[in-house]
Amino acid sequence: MFSYCADPKTLEGLIWLFCYITTVKHMSFYVSFLVVMGLITLAAPLAMAFGFAGAIACRSSIRLFRYLGKTYLAMIRGIPDIVFFLFIPIALDQAFEYLRHKVLCPEVTEAVRQGNDFVVCTAAKLPLSSASEWVHDFYGFSLALLAFGFVFGAFTGNVLLGAMSAVPKAQLETGEAFGFSPRQIFRRILLKQMWVYALPGLSNLWMILIKATPLLFLLGIEDIVYWAKELGGIKTGVYEYPHPDWRAWYFGVLLIFYLLLTYLSQLVFDKLTFRLSLGQATMAGKSN
Amino acid sequence: MKKIILSALAAFFMVSSAYADTVRMGTEGAYPPYNFINDNGEVDGFEKDVGDMLCIRANLDCVWVINEWDSIIPNLVSGNYDTIIAGMSITAERDEVIDFTQDYFPPSPSVYMGMSGSDVDLEGGVIAAQTATIQAGYVAESGATLVEFATAEETISAVQNGEADAVLADGDYLASIIAESGGEFANVGEVSIGGGVGMGIRESDGDLKATMDKAISSMKEDGSLNALIKKWFGNDANTF
Repeated sequence: MFSYCADPKTLEGLIWLFCYITTVKHMSFYVSFLVVMGLITLAAPLAMAFGFAGAIACRSSIRLFRYLGKTYLAMIRGIPDIVFFLFIPIALDQAFEYLRHKVLCPEVTEAVRQGNDFVVCTAAKLPLSSASEWVHDFYGFSLALLAFGFVFGAFTGNVLLGAMSAVPKAQLETGEAFGFSPRQIFRRILLKQMWVYALPGLSNLWMILIKATPLLFLLGIEDIVYWAKELGGIKTGVYEYPHPDWRAWYFGVLLIFYLLLTYLSQLVFDKLTFRLSLGQATMAGKSN
Repeated sequence: MKKIILSALAAFFMVSSAYADTVRMGTEGAYPPYNFINDNGEVDGFEKDVGDMLCIRANLDCVWVINEWDSIIPNLVSGNYDTIIAGMSITAERDEVIDFTQDYFPPSPSVYMGMSGSDVDLEGGVIAAQTATIQAGYVAESGATLVEFATAEETISAVQNGEADAVLADGDYLASIIAESGGEFANVGEVSIGGGVGMGIRESDGDLKATMDKAISSMKEDGSLNALIKKWFGNDANTF
């Protein structure tokens, strides 16, 4: 990266260290921090959307929606997360490729499943084999994002459902007395008041989401844990910067990163709780 | 809204004309000198050199993909990449799931590595090996207690922190670790297991297998493969 780093074998001390931590490989490590933060910030609203839809469906007056919503919440909460993290991206990917195969290569008569192999024609690959690396990365990231949103959505849905039922009935009845329609009561009273009941549960989920990001590597995305392991491992003379097992240092950095992230989130959640509790008949935000 | 959905659908089913002969090469990137990620963040090593040369000879456009060892076969058969070129020995069990090209690296001995001066019981002790390798299979049958790890890296640490008495891995992988450990590690035994190393290819992909076989033959004939083996594994390495 820097001209005086051209020959690492001749470097010593701090300059060696400086050149070492600015290699292209280390840059990938630093970028992966952004990838993880990006995943969290995108997965949270997505999970919120899934959760909101799930909660609304559970409260719906239409029986089909109610069943769908309840199945979604119960299924995700009952089955180990890792099954869904592995299943959703693979199933979606193969479903997309199967569809594209049927549409783009109708002339191919061979079966898509041949023994162990899942074979679609070259044009149906998603992304195409010839697509550049970032397209593959972006596609993998999007699938992972969907999986995170879908799984965390179910938990969020349950939290929101509980929060909606926790709003004092008297508040809703007051709305009725004012002549609000059910929709107005939902929008103007229930939705406004439920947040303070939902916040503790949501902050829990946010923390769990932060800690779940290393699952990204399972989905083929090179995340911070992957790079920490890869960079920290023993490096022999075939590498330009040989060093013994330094994984403890790299994992130390991750520890600080995750602690900082959770600490900052907690500060934000405390503030939010205080703001949303103003004028509410709860003890939230009053204790400290 | 309808327009957006329609154009998204159109993009989804779009036919691109630029999908000629791109072959995605799957490797682990954590097993020097076979394959590793160098300080520039690129795949490097013996298999990178061999793979690139094979692709030139076969007139293919190749890109490299990193995949962890554990799931390297499942991801090949589900089509995430087209070849496995990751120091994978040709075995009968693997051959039931995928196909192999002819070997591009001759059989070479596996080595038990322990702490220097320690007296390791190779048949009754605790031996570390990487999951789903021929070495792991061998240890399981040798009577020793097998502890498995997802990466080769972790098997070394297991020996270092006393969790295992020794590690069994390819001698070529351990050689530089022993040489550069400053006397901390030592070679405590050798066994010959497994055949040569070949390129894994989907069973339904007979054309690619034939192409690669032909390219490997041509590299064997003109000695360029032997030159690469010597470059990465030293002059004493087994050659063709």
